[in-house]
Amino acid sequence: MGPPDALVREEAGPLPASVFGPARPPPARAARTLVILPALNEEACLRAVLRELALSCPQLDVLVVDDGSTDGTADVARAEGVPVAVLPFNLGVGGALQTGFRYAVAHGYGRAIQFDADGQHDPTQVPALLAALDEGADLVIGSRFAAPDTGSQYDVGRLRGGAMGVLRLTVRFLSGRSFSDTSSGFRAFSAPLLAFYAADYPNEYLGDTVEALLLACQAGFRVVEVPVSMRVRAAGTPSTQNLRLIYHYLRALLSLLSRAPIRRRERALRNTTR
Amino acid sequence: MSTGGHVLIFSLTLFSLLFIVRMVRRNQLPSRYALLWLSIGVVIGFLAIFPRVLDRVSNWLGIAYAPGTFFLGAITMLFLIVVHFSWELARLDARTRLLAEELAILRADPPRDAPGVAPAEEDQPVDH
Repeated sequence: MGPPDALVREEAGPLPASVFGPARPPPARAARTLVILPALNEEACLRAVLRELALSCPQLDVLVVDDGSTDGTADVARAEGVPVAVLPFNLGVGGALQTGFRYAVAHGYGRAIQFDADGQHDPTQVPALLAALDEGADLVIGSRFAAPDTGSQYDVGRLRGGAMGVLRLTVRFLSGRSFSDTSSGFRAFSAPLLAFYAADYPNEYLGDTVEALLLACQAGFRVVEVPVSMRVRAAGTPSTQNLRLIYHYLRALLSLLSRAPIRRRERALRNTTR
Repeated sequence: MSTGGHVLIFSLTLFSLLFIVRMVRRNQLPSRYALLWLSIGVVIGFLAIFPRVLDRVSNWLGIAYAPGTFFLGAITMLFLIVVHFSWELARLDARTRLLAEELAILRADPPRDAPGVAPAEEDQPVDH
C-alpha cells in the first residue's frame, strides 16, 4: 500500500472538497471494484463490451464516463443498466478517468479498473490484474509487451513504436525502473492510489498514461506489470495523427523532465521530516 | 518626431484611455486589468507630451536609437502580460475541468449495491 503521506498533497494546489461532502458509503462497498470505461463516441462497440464484461465479471460494478460524445454512447450504457457520468464537453481520457476516480472515491470503492470501451481489452484478464492488487500492488498495468509466452503481437507502427521507446527510456531514467508498456490503458488501482489520482491527474494526451505512471512511482506507490494480450480495435480510429503525435510526445517529455527535480525535492523533504 | 506626430499619438492614447474607462464603467473589464492598461496608457501619454524624456532615458541606458528604448519597454511589458495570461488561462482551464467532472458525477446514477447491502430508504416496500 502507498505511503499515507502521499495522500496529503497541499503543495499540489487547493483541491476543492467534493460536492458530496464527507463520504458515508456503505462499508460493504469498500470490498467492491469499479470498472471505469472512458468512452468517446463508442456507440458501435459499447453494448458488446458491456455485455462481455457483465458475462465474465458479473461481480464488478461498471461506470461509463461519456467524454462529450456526439452519438448515443450514453443511451447505450443506460439501456444496459450501467451508471453513466456524462461530461458536458470533451475533456480527454485523463479528465474522463479522473471523473471515474472521483466517482469511485465519493462512493467508497476499494479499488478500480480502467478498461477501454472500444473492445481492445479482454475482460477475462481482469482477474489477473485484481490478483496483483491483492498481492499488495497499488497500480497494476496490463502490459501488451510483457508476455513472451503468449506471443501477443500488437503492432503499433514505426513512428509510434519509436516514440514509445523514447518515453520508456525516459521513464526508466526518472523512476529507476523499466516498464515494458508505459502507455497501456488497461490498469487497476488500489484505494490509496484512487484517492491520490482523484485529487490530481494529468489530463493531456499521454499524461493519462506515462505521466500518471511516473507520478505513482515518485509518490512511492507500488507499481507492477501483468502481461495481457490485446485485440485489434473493433471500430473507430486511433485517436491521434502523426504530426500531433510528435507534438504530444515532445510535450510529455518536457512535462516529465521538468517535473522530476521538483518531485525529487519533495520526496527528500518528506524523508527528512519523518 | 514632428509636433503633428505627437498630437496623433497623444490623441490615440487619450482615446484608448477613454475606451478602457468606458469598459470599466460597463463592468466589462475587471478593475485589476483596467489599472494595468490605464497605467500603461498614462505612461505612453506622458511620453507623447514630453518626448525629451525618452531621449534622456535612452542616453542614460546607452541606447543610441530612442524609439528602441520604447520598443524594448513595450515588448518586455507585453511579454510579461502574455505570460500572465497563459498562467491565468491554465488556472481557469483546471477549474472548468473540475466543475465539469463534478457535474458529471452529480448527474450520474449512484452505484447499484451488491445483494446483501440494505437498499436505499425510498426503495423499501411500504407496509400497508
